[in-house]
Parts: sequence; structure tokens; C-alpha cells
Amino acid sequence: MNELLRAFLALLQRDLLLAFRHRGELVNPLLFFMIVVTLFPLGVSPEEALLRKIAPGVIWIAALLAALFSLENMFRSDFDDGALEQIALSPHPLAVLVLAKVLAHWLVSGLPMLLMAPVLALFLALPGPAVYALEITLLVGTPLLSLIGAIGVALTVGLRRGGVLLTLLVLPLYIPVLIFATNAVAAAAAGMPVEGQLYFLGALLVLALTLAPLATAAALRISLS
Amino acid sequence: MWNAIWLFFHKLASPKHFYRIAGKLIPWLGGVTLIFMVAGLYLGLFVAPPDYQQGQSYRIMFVHVPSAWMSMFIYTFMAVLSAIHLIWNIKLADVMVRGSAALGASFTFLALVTGSLWGKPMWGAWWVWDARLTSELILLFLYLGYIALVSAIEEPRSAARAGGVLILVGVVNIPIIHYSVEWWNTLHQGPTVTKFDKPSIHFSMLLPLLLMALAFQFYYFTVALMRARAEVLDRERRSAWAQDVVEGA
Repeated sequence: MNELLRAFLALLQRDLLLAFRHRGELVNPLLFFMIVVTLFPLGVSPEEALLRKIAPGVIWIAALLAALFSLENMFRSDFDDGALEQIALSPHPLAVLVLAKVLAHWLVSGLPMLLMAPVLALFLALPGPAVYALEITLLVGTPLLSLIGAIGVALTVGLRRGGVLLTLLVLPLYIPVLIFATNAVAAAAAGMPVEGQLYFLGALLVLALTLAPLATAAALRISLS
Repeated sequence: MWNAIWLFFHKLASPKHFYRIAGKLIPWLGGVTLIFMVAGLYLGLFVAPPDYQQGQSYRIMFVHVPSAWMSMFIYTFMAVLSAIHLIWNIKLADVMVRGSAALGASFTFLALVTGSLWGKPMWGAWWVWDARLTSELILLFLYLGYIALVSAIEEPRSAARAGGVLILVGVVNIPIIHYSVEWWNTLHQGPTVTKFDKPSIHFSMLLPLLLMALAFQFYYFTVALMRARAEVLDRERRSAWAQDVVEGA
């Protein structure tokens, strides 16, 4: 058990270190997140009432796309240089090691989005309680995006043009997250309780935490074989 | 008795016997399809009375409802076969999955198109973001995702196993997607056949509907076996029996 924990932490540390050595790659999805949200007032209308109404959907869709954008990095470079094979060959269960990589991915992509969201909410004139709800949905929802996305990346990592295919595989699976999260934010903006939607997101997170690493590990072994 | 059944399944799992048995079954399945479909269409289009609310246009139900059922049945069936393939490594299960995907996508598409044609006179719009329509559309995306993934991977064994994992992930997600979309927005009429109390559909309409559902089911098995047969022949093209079949034909 202790060995496993040490392997988990070592992998987490390594992935975080690698991410900080490539700061450009770290920042790009966040810039993407911000620019996509900025496009909506320019493209749809700068009118405040309308912006407030579409804000939850806009921010969340931008978050989905930004997460998708950063997913590619999760296994690609490790696959190219053979590190992924070494990880798969280790005596520890691959699902647990996958979880370390997913956690690292969330820390460098989901967490910054969480920090950036209030600014974007300000751009789109979201009222205070809705910003609070938005933060909670992002806190529960972005790990879900990393977990589900990991399955898609693991399935496509061996392919030369995996990018578009990844979108096709992963986005339909993101739909429940999108629905519950935007529903919660919209309800909060209307002054209604949001516990129901948040409990659902929580339940989805628990389900994904238990099943997604297993599916990702299986998919990785297929891509490596 | 059990031994005989066991032997039958063992034989079925070998490509050569599968090819032969499927070849014998296909004409029968096709015949049954034809009988059910003619009976269902006749009873549905000529015998069943017009609906007291929807007039004649409800008759599109006899195509719409079975194809929606089939779209879900085929996905579930593909998931079961994928599990069989991943666990016991029975290649024929994957052959059936591969043959079913395009059929499932077609039934889903048919359900969407007929639903749209039905929706225009009933709801006044070709497309509404109703729960069932939306989840059916997402199901179509899942089918297309599977087809895209499988055709993108060149190595047939990895393609089969990666596709299997994707199908299993999708089948976990289908109920989640279904309920999330249902609670999000609903306009579609409630279930009329599968309610636990008495069906609220008259027998004269229920009978053709069930006949059409059976016809679609048999049609699926007929075409899936035909496709699987072609696939088996292609995969086994180096083996002696496959070359015998091709040269004998």
C-alpha cells in the first residue's frame, strides 16, 4: 500500500514538474478559455440582460472545449517517448497510476479555470450567487471532464490524427456534466436552490472516479499493444 | 440435451461453422421479416382506425417507434457482445458488433427523421429540443463515434478491443444521458405501450405496432448476419475453408 502511494505521488510530482517546464502549453488552454468567452459578447450581443442569461452555458461550453484542448497532452508525449510503456510495465495497478496522471491534469488545467471563472462571470454580468454556484459546479465538474476525457485520449493516443476523433468521442459523454452544471448556475441566478443539481454532479464524479480509471487503463493497454 | 446446446454454441464460435449456420439461417430470417412486415404494414396502414386526435398522421408511428426501439436495442446488444469479446476473446462477437454499428446508426437516423416528420404537424416544428429527441441524437453521435474510432485504427485486433471499450463506456453513459436530458426539458408524449398498468393504446393499433417491431428485429438479425458473414470471409481469407467457399461460388 505504502509502495503504491509512493508510486502515485512520484508520478503526480513528475507530471506536475513536466507541466511547469512547459509553461506555454499550460497557459494556452486558459487563454483559449478566455478568448472563447470574450467572443460571445462580440458575436451575439453586448446587451447585459442577454449576456446574463447565456453566461452559464457560454462559460461551461468554453470550459469543455478548453479541457478538450488540454487533454491531448495527458498521454501523448509519454506515448511518444516510451514513458507510457514503462508506466504500464510497473508492478502497480495501472488504474491507480492513471488516476495520478488525471489528478495532475486537473491541477494544471481544471484548477486554473476555476480561478479564472469569476473574472469571466464579471465579463458576462453574472450576479453574485450565480458566481458562487459556478465555482462549485466547476470544482465538481472539471475533474469529471479530466476523468472522462482520459478514456478518450487513451483510446486515440496511438493514432496520428487523433485530435478530431477525440472530440467526436468525448463531447457526447460530456453532455450530462454540461446539463447539470449550467442548470445549477442558471437556477442560482434565478434565486432558486441548486442542491439537487450539485448532488447529481457529485454522484457522477463518484461514478467516474471509480470506473473511468479502469476504462482508461484498459484503453491504454490496447493502445500500447 | 445441455451438451447438444453447448456443442452448438462452440461450433457457432468457430468462423467456419458460423459462416455455414448463418448462411442457412438468413433466408428463414428474411422470410419471417417479410411476413411480419407485410402483415404489420397492412394492419397498420389499412385496418387500424385513424386516431381521434392525430388523424392519419399518427401512422408514421409504425415505423418511428420500432426504429427508436431498435436503436436502443442494438446499442445494448453491441455492449453485451463487446463484453463477451473483451472477456472471453471470442472474435465472432466482435464481428457481430462491427456488423451492427452501421445498422444501429441507420435505425437511429430513421427514428430521428420519422420523428421529425411526425413532429412537424403535431408540434408545429421540425425539430424541438425535447428530451427523447435529444438523447436519440446523442445516441447517433455515440454510434458515429464508434464507427469513426474503429475505422481510424488500422490494426484489426486493437480496433476491435478499443471499440469494445468505447461501447462499454457509452452504455454506462446512456442512462445518465437519458435522465439528464429528460429532467432538462420534456415535451414528448409519455410512454403508451410499456406502462405498467393497461396500455393506453387500442389493440387495433398495438398489434400492427408489435408486428412491425418484430419485423424490424428480424430485419436487423438478417442483415447483421449477412454483414457478419461477409466480414468473417474477409478476415479468414487466408484460411483454406474461406478459399474453398469463394472458389466454389
